Amino acid sequence: MMDFSDNGIVAKFSGPLDQFDLTVEFKLPARGVTALFGRSGCGKTTVLRYLAGLSQADNGYLSVKGQVWQDDDHFLPTYKRPVGFVFQDASLFPHLSVLENLLFGQKRAGTRSDIVPIDDLVDLLGLKELLDRSTHHLSGGERQRVAIGRALLSGPELLLMDEPLAALDRFSKNEIIPYLDRLFKTLDIPMIFVSHDTEEVERLADHMILMDRGKIVTTGQLSDVLSDPSLFIAEGPKTSSVLDVEVISFSEADRITEVQALGGSLQIPGELGGVGSTHRISIAATDVSLAQGKPSETTILNVVPARILDIHLLDGARCNLLLSVGHQEQVGAKFLARITQRSLRKFDFHVGQNIYAQVKSVSMIGGTLRS
Amino acid sequence: MWDPIWITVKLAFITTVILLVLGTPVGWWLARSKVWWKEGVAAIVALPIVLPPTVMGFYLLIALGPDSPIGQITTALFGRALPFTFAGLVVGSVIYSMPFVIQPIRNAFEAIGDRPLEVAATLRASRLDSFFSVALPMARPGLLTGAVLGFAHTVGEFGVILMIGGNIPGETKVLSVAIYDHVEALEWGQAHILSAGLLVFSFLVILSMMILEKKLGRRLR
Repeated sequence: MMDFSDNGIVAKFSGPLDQFDLTVEFKLPARGVTALFGRSGCGKTTVLRYLAGLSQADNGYLSVKGQVWQDDDHFLPTYKRPVGFVFQDASLFPHLSVLENLLFGQKRAGTRSDIVPIDDLVDLLGLKELLDRSTHHLSGGERQRVAIGRALLSGPELLLMDEPLAALDRFSKNEIIPYLDRLFKTLDIPMIFVSHDTEEVERLADHMILMDRGKIVTTGQLSDVLSDPSLFIAEGPKTSSVLDVEVISFSEADRITEVQALGGSLQIPGELGGVGSTHRISIAATDVSLAQGKPSETTILNVVPARILDIHLLDGARCNLLLSVGHQEQVGAKFLARITQRSLRKFDFHVGQNIYAQVKSVSMIGGTLRS
Repeated sequence: MWDPIWITVKLAFITTVILLVLGTPVGWWLARSKVWWKEGVAAIVALPIVLPPTVMGFYLLIALGPDSPIGQITTALFGRALPFTFAGLVVGSVIYSMPFVIQPIRNAFEAIGDRPLEVAATLRASRLDSFFSVALPMARPGLLTGAVLGFAHTVGEFGVILMIGGNIPGETKVLSVAIYDHVEALEWGQAHILSAGLLVFSFLVILSMMILEKKLGRRLR
């Protein structure tokens, strides 16, 4: 579970939004990547602005690593907070070159500026070729990389990103995600990013704060939140669960990788990585079907013994089942299955029952996971 | 012939410098402040655009004259009141050309918006720091426009100067007044030279401003 021994981030804000009031309260560990997730207009960006001090909550408390940034008597202005902020549009300074943009914060950060050495950062973000250029002819992806670099060079103790990928087309997005992925693994700075895109979150986040209409619905490990059948995000057509797995073997003959998830193993076509490497995979709820006994004749590779932990009826004909890998008592890796209510009744599936889950396809997300 | 040109250039230059120094903070305040009476101040700043120069000159004459409070202060300090001196012309010109400098500066600051300043704040720049390192450089086209317009507008000043500066050769006789004198004295040749000179000057001012604005504007977009 989450570790607060080093006094992570403790926040409590309230304030008005356009259509409703915002009231949030949360704690986050001082490391790892947190996605602030929810529909457009639910107040995600406002929370991020409160964290940075760009807006002031009427009634707020915020401490980061034991230092109080806001309470009833104090409000630390933005320029005194060691935060990095990446805006949705890169917002590079048009009157400065790429290098001057990068150095803007570093020059002002004083002793903290060497948290990330500039040479490492330029390498990590692939900025070497851009340094002497003006900002005007950069692509969207390049601009955003410069903005991220600029924020990190200001020596932040907390990196905030407001939908850093939303303004980019799919091509630029695919270009920048590997950079972010590498960055997140390399740097030991807590990061919070706002997103309404499930794919982005699955790829980048460890924790998730789920928001709806100015309130926090739940906070937790990404895999737990995504596989919670009672949440509204589990009702969408593209609902999927993420599992962190470890490679245990690779068969040269038919090019299948076997991976270990908590409670059982899965087989994935293709070579994922060396034995022992960890990866994040995603299973779409609609790709999972259930059988009472072990199906003997099927082309589906992954027939996983699993246990039904929860059943959640959806509006219409369908329902979500929360499954845990393995037939044992202890809970294994959790994932969702989407089946029809007719099938649910026909086979009389119930909570606590041991079944077999047929997983039609497993997709890999991103590169190697952090250890 | 050269005296009026020199006085005019000197007057326009000093006026422009004063207006840039005073107008930048005022333009910034007009662009950023959220107080309700802000537009009232903006209207006062813009007033010289519509006010007849003779009206403005008349009130200035009274306000700066030896019997007024200001006149008594200047008399105590410098031994004389401001009307019919070069310093008086500077005061008049600053007020007369004020909207032409402040308006473009205000527009330029408004065009920057909140975002670059928020970015600067997240990069540890204090408000004063971001003003000098972000707002001013980004507003450069507006500052330039304001300077050029203020200079050119002061060069063309006539009514106010006639009212408060009179026509003292070598001290307050500027180009526009000199042209008027030449025409009165039927010295058409002299009037032609000065007028044609001003015509060319005005054209060059507008042309160079348009080119510069295009260039700077492109760089800052």
